[in-house]
Amino acid sequence: MKVHEYQAKDILRKFGVALPEGQMAFSVDDAVRAAQNLGGSVWVVKAQIHAGGRGKGGGVKVARSLDEVRTYASQILGMRLVTHQTGPEGRIVKRLLIEQGISIARELYIGITLDRASSRNTVMASTEGGMEIEKVAAETPEKILKEFVDRGAGFRPYQARALAFGLGLTGDAFKNGVKFLQSLYKAYEAMDCSLAEINPLVVTTDGSVLALDAKMNFDDNALDRHPELAPLRDLDEEDPLEVEASKANLNYIKLDGNVGCMVNGAGLAMGTMDIIKLAGGEPANFLDVGGGANAQTVEAGFKIILADKNVRAVLINIFGGIVRCDRVATGVVEAARKVKVEIPVVVRLAGTNAELAGEILAASGMNFLVARSLKDAADKVTEAIA
Amino acid sequence: MSILVNKSTRLLVQGITGGEGTFHTKQMLEYGTNVVAGVTPGKGGLSYKGTDKDPFAREVPVFNTVAAAVAATKANTSVIFVPAAFAADAIIEAADAGIAVIVCITEGVPTKDMLTAYDHVTRTGARLIGPNCPGIISPGQCKVGIMPGFIHKKGNVGVISRSGTLTYEAVGQLTERGIGQSTCIGIGGDPVIGTRFIDALQLFNDDPDTIGVIMIGEIGGSAEEEAAAYVKKHMKKPVVGFIAGRTAPPGRRMGHAGAIISGGKGTAQEKMDAMRKAGITVVESPALLGETMAKALGKRSRTSTGKGAPKTTKRTAKKSATKAIPKKSARKPARKKK
Repeated sequence: MKVHEYQAKDILRKFGVALPEGQMAFSVDDAVRAAQNLGGSVWVVKAQIHAGGRGKGGGVKVARSLDEVRTYASQILGMRLVTHQTGPEGRIVKRLLIEQGISIARELYIGITLDRASSRNTVMASTEGGMEIEKVAAETPEKILKEFVDRGAGFRPYQARALAFGLGLTGDAFKNGVKFLQSLYKAYEAMDCSLAEINPLVVTTDGSVLALDAKMNFDDNALDRHPELAPLRDLDEEDPLEVEASKANLNYIKLDGNVGCMVNGAGLAMGTMDIIKLAGGEPANFLDVGGGANAQTVEAGFKIILADKNVRAVLINIFGGIVRCDRVATGVVEAARKVKVEIPVVVRLAGTNAELAGEILAASGMNFLVARSLKDAADKVTEAIA
Repeated sequence: MSILVNKSTRLLVQGITGGEGTFHTKQMLEYGTNVVAGVTPGKGGLSYKGTDKDPFAREVPVFNTVAAAVAATKANTSVIFVPAAFAADAIIEAADAGIAVIVCITEGVPTKDMLTAYDHVTRTGARLIGPNCPGIISPGQCKVGIMPGFIHKKGNVGVISRSGTLTYEAVGQLTERGIGQSTCIGIGGDPVIGTRFIDALQLFNDDPDTIGVIMIGEIGGSAEEEAAAYVKKHMKKPVVGFIAGRTAPPGRRMGHAGAIISGGKGTAQEKMDAMRKAGITVVESPALLGETMAKALGKRSRTSTGKGAPKTTKRTAKKSATKAIPKKSARKPARKKK
């Protein structure tokens, strides 16, 4: 799960992570009021969307008067913000964060995430703050310092010091930096984060160390024990079809192609998308109906796939293990009648009771293209979209 | 032979009286797995015979703790069906009780819990498979997990996969061609898992009855690249591979918690390139896994026995395998000469 910058900062503040003062705003008037409340003479107006690179896309502006706050807020609110993380379609900005301006001496980077190769959490720090960290990692990996966290010992003070020294922090900034790292790690651990990233982390001219930006992602598998996160979900940031699918307990991701697919199992679903591509089509979605493919899930799946107007054919690929293919076939027939599918549907059912399933599909009188194997399914998809 | 589970596996089912536990225990018993005990805290002393819907072929004694079950039944392998919130604890309990092979089927275990369990299991020396996996099967001997037993066939190809149904797909293609499997292992789709490709490849490499391996990866992480490095250096047997998710967009979690391209890393292309460089035959389509393995084995069995490919299996397999073992160094040439 992802949250907005202002939400991440609200959480981090509770763990003692140092931050600039700020307030979120839904409207231009709210934004001006927020600036007045914060006081001072410089403010930053920041678009709140679930993507990085907002500054480059024109979503972050420094205002030196309340009039400028008003001007920038009205420019940014409602704009279609395109960044390297949003894709070409961008995102409409509906929320702002207004923050007090600060005098920056240095911009650094800190990130915490799981290192899968060692199965340990990793705290990363770099002097190359404010840049795309992926670029730094690719071009100058030596500029990313890493400390791996032992599960039993936890993130040790010496590790925080090593990173702070590595960043070249001295005096007050060193002390503040060590404290910052420890607080951030505490938040990461306590909140079941999959990512906590501060880019940039700024050192101010008076030696404060503050999170200028903040990104937190949470482990979806741990959301049950953090009920406080549920209200932070912003449905505007999600595809409406994906929201619909999640209500039906389907794992659906919308893509841009023309062949819809419905599969059991995530790996086979990805494999099926790959096959569609090899067959000359483009997958319109990822859809894993999971272990319980029945009439209801198939119907819900059909509705969601067909709501995407780009879809010209559907491929259903179920490998029945514990799931029985005859039941899936019955579900497919029922659902196709109910939903009135008017485009070609290629059905490939393998495994338990696959033959019986073929008979059910054939006897339905509906125009299913029944495939015997994965390869056959791919060929039939090619025909269907030709 | 096989790896990790076989005829001498004495299986314990953690969460045996739950819905999933009951259903799959029934299936495992029917497959012939030696299920010696179950554990459900609070139900110790029960002799469990399944439910009306899922009646067991025979009764299984239930214990309150894994330690008690091990003491009474000498269970050496455990399969876990407990809910996600309790799965890490179940893994740690099994490791502390001295279980050698722990298979965690449960999906949705929080990563933080898994980090603790992984660390603990590593220190106790147990082998963990999963979580979020279909389990492991040595066809004809023992099934520990939720895979459909009937699609498998006893034989000599090893299968390793991060995905469940894609494993069934590969197994189905092999069996259809008369190619049996030594062991099929689903290592799971999560970011933190016990047994990785590299561990399973090592085991298959050392197993005299495995003559070839199918490896099915997916986007995310770098486990396939690590495995490729191992194959290049040590693998004596042909490996056929596939990576799911070439069409997956970056930054999106494709069902499995571990299947995500992040920071431009973990793409299918990178993985396929690394695997090809290591000498793995990588197929573009998962529909070609069985066919490609048949070809890889065909080449070998023709040179060693003069017989055609699809028949493969036991006799030819054993011959080439026993020859291969003492000569650790050169792979194909050593075998080709005879």
